[in-house]
Amino acid sequence: MAHLIIFLPLIGFLFSFFLGKKYNFKISQIITTSFLFISAFLSWILFFSYLGERDTEVIHIFNWFTSGNFIVDWSIRLDALTTTMFIVVCSVSACVHLYSVGYMNEDPSKIRFMGYLSLFTFFMLMLVSSNNLLQMFFGWEGVGLASYLLIGFWYHKPSANNAAIKAFLVNRVGDFGYALGIAGVFFIFGSIEFDVIFNNAENFKDHTIPFLGLSFSTIDLLCFLLFIGAMGKSAQLGLHTWLPDAMEGPTPVSALIHAATMVTAGVFLVARMSPLFEYAIITNLFITFIGAATAIFAATIALTQNDIKRVIAYSTCSQLGYMFFAAGLGAYNASIFHLMTHGFFKALLFLSAGSVIYAMHHEQDMRKMGGLFKKIPFTGTMMWIGSLAIIGFPYFSGYYSKESILENAYYSDSSMATFAYTIGILTALLTAFYSWRLLFMTFHGETRSDKKNFDHAHESPFVMTLPLALLAFGSIFMGMFFSDYYIGKMQYVFWGDSLVLHEGKHYYLPFIQTLIVKSSVAIGVMLAALIYFYKNNLPKNLAYNLDPLYSISLNKWYVDELYNSIFIKPYFLLANLFWKRGDEKIIDKYGPNGISKIVGLTSGYLSRFQSGYLYHYAFAMLGGLVIILTWFIYY
Amino acid sequence: MTDIPLLSLTIFLPLLSAFVILLIKEDENSLNNIKNVAFWTSVGVFLISLLIWLQFDNTKPGYQFEEKFRWFSDFNFYYHIGIDGISLFMVILSTFLTPLCILASWESIKKRVKEYMLAFLFLETVMIGMFASIDILLFYIFFEAVLIPMYLIIGIWGGDRRIYASFKFFLYTLLGSVLMLIAIVVIYQLTNSMSIEELQGNYFTTNVQLYLWLAFFASFAVKIPMWPFHTWLPDAHVEAPTAGSVILAGVLLKMGGYGFIRFSLGMLPEASEYFAPMIMTLSIIAVIYTSLVALAQTDIKKLIAYSSVAHMGLVTIGIFAVNSQGLEGAMIQMISHGVVSGALFLCVGVIYDRMHTRDINFYGGLVNRMPIYATVFMIFMLGSVGLPGTSGFIGEFLVIVGAFKYSSIVVIGAASGIVLSAVYMLYLYKRIIFGVIENEKLKEISDLNLREKSILIPLAIAVIVIGIFPNIFLDPMRLPIELIISNYEIANGK
Repeated sequence: MAHLIIFLPLIGFLFSFFLGKKYNFKISQIITTSFLFISAFLSWILFFSYLGERDTEVIHIFNWFTSGNFIVDWSIRLDALTTTMFIVVCSVSACVHLYSVGYMNEDPSKIRFMGYLSLFTFFMLMLVSSNNLLQMFFGWEGVGLASYLLIGFWYHKPSANNAAIKAFLVNRVGDFGYALGIAGVFFIFGSIEFDVIFNNAENFKDHTIPFLGLSFSTIDLLCFLLFIGAMGKSAQLGLHTWLPDAMEGPTPVSALIHAATMVTAGVFLVARMSPLFEYAIITNLFITFIGAATAIFAATIALTQNDIKRVIAYSTCSQLGYMFFAAGLGAYNASIFHLMTHGFFKALLFLSAGSVIYAMHHEQDMRKMGGLFKKIPFTGTMMWIGSLAIIGFPYFSGYYSKESILENAYYSDSSMATFAYTIGILTALLTAFYSWRLLFMTFHGETRSDKKNFDHAHESPFVMTLPLALLAFGSIFMGMFFSDYYIGKMQYVFWGDSLVLHEGKHYYLPFIQTLIVKSSVAIGVMLAALIYFYKNNLPKNLAYNLDPLYSISLNKWYVDELYNSIFIKPYFLLANLFWKRGDEKIIDKYGPNGISKIVGLTSGYLSRFQSGYLYHYAFAMLGGLVIILTWFIYY
Repeated sequence: MTDIPLLSLTIFLPLLSAFVILLIKEDENSLNNIKNVAFWTSVGVFLISLLIWLQFDNTKPGYQFEEKFRWFSDFNFYYHIGIDGISLFMVILSTFLTPLCILASWESIKKRVKEYMLAFLFLETVMIGMFASIDILLFYIFFEAVLIPMYLIIGIWGGDRRIYASFKFFLYTLLGSVLMLIAIVVIYQLTNSMSIEELQGNYFTTNVQLYLWLAFFASFAVKIPMWPFHTWLPDAHVEAPTAGSVILAGVLLKMGGYGFIRFSLGMLPEASEYFAPMIMTLSIIAVIYTSLVALAQTDIKKLIAYSSVAHMGLVTIGIFAVNSQGLEGAMIQMISHGVVSGALFLCVGVIYDRMHTRDINFYGGLVNRMPIYATVFMIFMLGSVGLPGTSGFIGEFLVIVGAFKYSSIVVIGAASGIVLSAVYMLYLYKRIIFGVIENEKLKEISDLNLREKSILIPLAIAVIVIGIFPNIFLDPMRLPIELIISNYEIANGK
């Protein structure tokens, strides 16, 4: 069954890639989409079988390669964590496949698009079902490739091409750390199989390793290197710049890859390796710090963006921050739970945004929207559901997972805990604000779009609204149904040994703290209402009066500009310098060209001896005779 | 079956075919005959080499398919050939690429077709002969003989600055060859033996090893090429015809890596240990420096040439880390690079044949007219970048693992290739393939024809097969490499 779940998407890809053009485009659409629905269905069955007590199962496929004692197998590891990822990936992917049938209806390369989506799903499933670090890396880079192909799907747009390259390269910076991490794990543990690493992790608790001439705690160093990879993939502060640009891709791609699944791979990595991260005390502080910093940093940017997709993109970044600081504090289950609920409601938000964009004929600027609820009530409702879920409105899915993260932060005894908790609450406020700002600007108030566009706005076809409804169902009920298993009283039964769980009790926040959390969310919503709904010229005045702050937020803290001037420009300069100065002026000048010049010069000098004049030769002979005679006389 | 000297057959069949071609009178009608004879011979040679691979016994560390005849009665010089798991794939790489090269030259070579085919067949003979030699003198003869057809291919069928390029090529390699010849004479003086097989181990005193090592180094470092002996390569590539570049990148560079493994590690282990830090330093510089230089290029071929230097830097890191991951990684990296960079040069050839320019700025938006070309190019680009699932990844990653055992600074240098290689390759791909066609001249460019497909698709399959099933390559080389490592460790008292 697990084989089917993983390889059906691959078959779908291969079909549409090699045979797709021979048949009607509908064949490819039907095959890829139905295969994904089968996968999703099977993964739910598998998931339910893991709700009870069921041991981890490893299915061996075949040996990938063996070099000395470096042995890598293709295999499938099934446990609660894997099946959780299976349902998120397959369900969202199936919805996105179906949605794309409608959304990409007018695109001439829709066969290619469906194929890439399936390819992505295959890689993602390989990633989450891996039983060793290297197969995971295979999936890891594979999803990176799929993301690169899909961001640059509209290859005629230069901005899309640049965004695709940026995404790939920034991810590669992370992968640099990840690859080193894998090599390091092998160096220490002698294997990259998860079971071997987990069983031996405790033995290396106080072990140190020399690295670059300094001595590091082994596990801290390894986890740090792996976390660099996670930062790249999950767009954490410093390596986050690619994610907003990735919105150049078609919206279904943003929903699937850049919201629900691929970007959560970093969180998954940390959770999967939790028996190792468990002992990485310093790295955990670092993870908590980066997570919290990303959460608030991205939220501040989301406040002022005008592109509807960018708001959601930064919101993704911010929510990933939540997951990371939860993981850094050791609350891996809360982190994965949030990953799951977030997968559903963020996919819902993105697809709804896609539906808006579809209705508005590819207009993404919220300043040219407004009042759309009357025109597209269904999409509007869906967006409302998604937004309620993201701010953690009671009994929506986000409520359970976000509360759980905050609880864990409140009760954690890590030295970063208070920081994380405070940031968490502040971010919740900002989240509520930008979510409602988006709702108000898009759906309510007076319309600001031109009349023709507004009048032509229409609800999306059924193939697009059905996935929305499915995801909305998930966004509302996933928390209610499964919170017991993920974070509640069934958690030990459910998780088994698939990740590390802390403390037996399930805490509840003291009343005051609950109040603070709830009211901060409410304040956020009300502020948004006040600013964007109550009075129309207020935002402009505010922006004007708070200028430096507003500009920083609008321009994303100028990180892109900073990177451009400290990395990209010097890189090109150095490249030219090495080429023009290094190769041509130094190596060639003193190397081959220099030698040939010397040969030329010396032979020029030497050739003067052969002047052809008899008396020159006679003189040379005489000189030689004198030297030989002198030699004989003295020795 | 076993009575047929398969190995000698692979070596001399191309030469035989060259004689046949020599007898054909060159005119309009016989041109196709000449091409066909050359092509089908090389296909036949490839099939024979596959037969060798099939019969190859993975459980033996030593040489197989040995043939030995005394050459001079007074000296210990033998015609002694055979292959082990290390040379097996070098031979197969040569026999695999040659027919593709001949096919690639089918239409692009217009003048002196007969001589061109002669040169290629002769080249195939000496390449295979070199990798199959067990006698050092025989090795040296083949090693030097490779230069002759290569020099002619660049010098006669090359581009505008071919004279400068072939002169540079010759100058660099000559320096190495002279020193290597001296080293070989010294070896014979000291041991009275010319057998690579017998001399594996630690036969020389440390002092002698150091000098011998440097002499061999001069030759192999130029061939592979290591920074700063690499500047001949971009020029040679740019001026060489497409097929010449393919062989140059695909096989000739591997002579250096092969030599390092056989001679430096195998015969001079103590000196290798002594000089390893220098190799590592030069290799790291090569990886970073040439990756940067590659980015700045405007000529596609030059860019790929520089990327070769960076990839070969990984090979030398892997070799001198001397552990199974490093060495096997280096071997796979060499095989992979042979396929990938060969294929990339062929890809350049495809558009060069159509547009007669290699200027990156000339192109753009090719995907609109050439979707199949864009796809295969993508596969080779990913192979070059080292994406898991392609051949490039296995080599690169094993080298990183091997380097981690050697030193943490080296591993960071080696792993930086992960980022740097992606930078220039993706940037290249974007500029050539993506976007919209702006150049009027490109509006009518046609996609791959049948001949080009039958060249590039086997290579694309090879890239994926090596990436997913690397064990079929790793299994035969495992024991010979273990042998080298154990000799090395005994010699250095590890």
